[in-house]
Amino acid sequence: MKITTPEFKSNAVEALANENLQKAMGHVQSGFIEKRQIVADGLPEFEALRDNAREIKNHTLAHLDLYLEAYSEKVEESGGHVHWAQTAEDARNIVLNICRKADAKTVTKGKSMISEEIGINDFLEEKGIAPIETDLGEYIIQLRGEAPSHIIAPAVHVLKEQVEEDFRAEHTHLSEKRNLEEPESLLDEARTVLRQKFIDADVGITGANFLVAETGTSVIVTNEGNGDLTQTLPKVHIVLASIEKITPTLEDVSQILRVLARSATGQEMSVYTTFSTGPRREQDVDGPEEYHVILLDNGRTNMIGTEFQEMLRCIRCGACMNHCPVYHAVGGHAYGWVYPGPMGAVLTPSLEGVEKGGNLPNASTFCGRCESVCPMRIPLPKMMRHWREREFERGLNPATQRWGLKFWAWFAKRPTLYAFGARLAMRFMAIMAGKNGKLRSLPLAAGWTKYRDMPAPEGSTFQQQWRSRGGSTQ
Amino acid sequence: MNAREAILAKIKSQVKDGGDDTQRRAAVANRLSSAPKGVIPERGQVTAKKRADLFCQKAEAVQSTVKRVTSYTEISAAISDYLRQKNLPQKIRLGEDERFDAIDWSATPNLTRDVGPTDGSDPVGVSHAHGGVAETGTLLMTSGAANPTTLNFLPENHIIVVKAKDIEGNYEAALARIRDDHGKGRMPRTVNMITGPSRSGDIEQKILLGAHGPRSLHVIVVDG
Repeated sequence: MKITTPEFKSNAVEALANENLQKAMGHVQSGFIEKRQIVADGLPEFEALRDNAREIKNHTLAHLDLYLEAYSEKVEESGGHVHWAQTAEDARNIVLNICRKADAKTVTKGKSMISEEIGINDFLEEKGIAPIETDLGEYIIQLRGEAPSHIIAPAVHVLKEQVEEDFRAEHTHLSEKRNLEEPESLLDEARTVLRQKFIDADVGITGANFLVAETGTSVIVTNEGNGDLTQTLPKVHIVLASIEKITPTLEDVSQILRVLARSATGQEMSVYTTFSTGPRREQDVDGPEEYHVILLDNGRTNMIGTEFQEMLRCIRCGACMNHCPVYHAVGGHAYGWVYPGPMGAVLTPSLEGVEKGGNLPNASTFCGRCESVCPMRIPLPKMMRHWREREFERGLNPATQRWGLKFWAWFAKRPTLYAFGARLAMRFMAIMAGKNGKLRSLPLAAGWTKYRDMPAPEGSTFQQQWRSRGGSTQ
Repeated sequence: MNAREAILAKIKSQVKDGGDDTQRRAAVANRLSSAPKGVIPERGQVTAKKRADLFCQKAEAVQSTVKRVTSYTEISAAISDYLRQKNLPQKIRLGEDERFDAIDWSATPNLTRDVGPTDGSDPVGVSHAHGGVAETGTLLMTSGAANPTTLNFLPENHIIVVKAKDIEGNYEAALARIRDDHGKGRMPRTVNMITGPSRSGDIEQKILLGAHGPRSLHVIVVDG
């Protein structure tokens, strides 16, 4: 998919003016946050489980090469095939080869962010194979020709009236007079239309929430059951997963499951947690005849051993974006690539380069809510700060910003001058603001004052107050 | 160097202390063999006596319906009653599970049975669970001719039979039972953990039951 992250600012301006989007984003703020809080409060061990989940992933990442070896051995032992892909292009070609061997016409897909990352849908279509998204949200955005705007609720930016329009345009074999006003009828229609596609598909592609080293098992966590129909009915099952999905044992998976659904949707447990190990066995009467796992790197190994390694603990629950004021305001598409919100602001520059993704770590108020709800305790604000530093080091931010920072730094290193300047500026601003204490415009800050007044400072400067309260001044 | 070698070599060169593998290998071997349990919530450590009660309570909280019976002989009547209440035909499809042989089918002569995997045309599937988990009202289903995986997903209505004594407190204990049955490091082709009927919140975050999987899930718990 084309990356529009460098245009984040204009994307955000458009998003703020988009009425439908703004209405739809209201559902994120009201829904996810309260539900998560209720189930988190309902499990006294929740915080201890978060600590342990972090330790499990830290241990795994420190031994990732060895766990990958152990995992792939187990997959082969159970009759499955493991394919290694260094880049998105490698992964696409591996998928294509498997589909061609199976003589595939249609491919059903469970929800997979890796499939978005490698852009498999467009690629397969180009090669004459029809990919069919089966997760309701993914199906809606596939009809709309859009990318997901949220990692677990891909159509969160769409209103039900828009879904109705899309269904009427696509399902032309159904009566025009049918009633599609309620979400229930939309869900029923999607269920009926997709049921036959599940049965007809030659290949099913799913993602993976976990890859279990102990047993060579891939695990998917879903609510709809589409992932299971995708992987059970076709002759061939392909699992698309990135290398950091490895988890040592079934016990470790159990630990992380307890924080995953609670953080994501506010459920204690998702409806379907499915463990898949190899292809159909001799005594089986259903299931796929072939089982393939594609292990994708695509830049992740570069993060290991760096200050960004902790990002690889991410289990893609979406809690960080559900709690992010910037995400609430602009939605997921403004971020311009596959991963939005705080996790996207760290991951996008890590995988696609700070040249393309550098805008995102700046799209943060550093309020810290993301870190406070992250089940894996990833220090997202700290890592965004690391990216801002890298951006500055490489001279990628605009000249005005760089000069402004240099100017400020020069002052900050000269405390007497700084204190004098601050006092002077304060008095000047207070005079300019007049009686109501508000400034309607400020030189060099027109972008800010265009939308709101700047309150003039009152009283004395911070340093003066510090001293008068007896604070240390070393 | 092929892709596998390149990825593994890159990781090894990037990880801290990647030079000497001996200790790292020992740590991995140790974790895989000892499989430490971590934090088990108190509710997951519920006593054997209270497990079935907590299981039923949690299952109902996620919109499963529950019927408790005292022996297999009561199951056919329980199924027949449930179908009647829901205005469904007296017709089920189920797998070859030997435990179903203990059911007294003669008590419900109108209830017809088909055996084997489903092609999607059956309104009601009946399966036997490998076990359950009390802490969230979750059922564990294992694949095979005894209980084909398609029965868990294609029929609109799913009835699952579980023995009360197969219900564990927590996920770790339930998965350990599967490990005991299949041997360390081995799994059935598919294990489905099921917690309630299928649902979706993808249209305006409103949760609706019956997405692609069953619209209703009825659990029959066999006490005793």
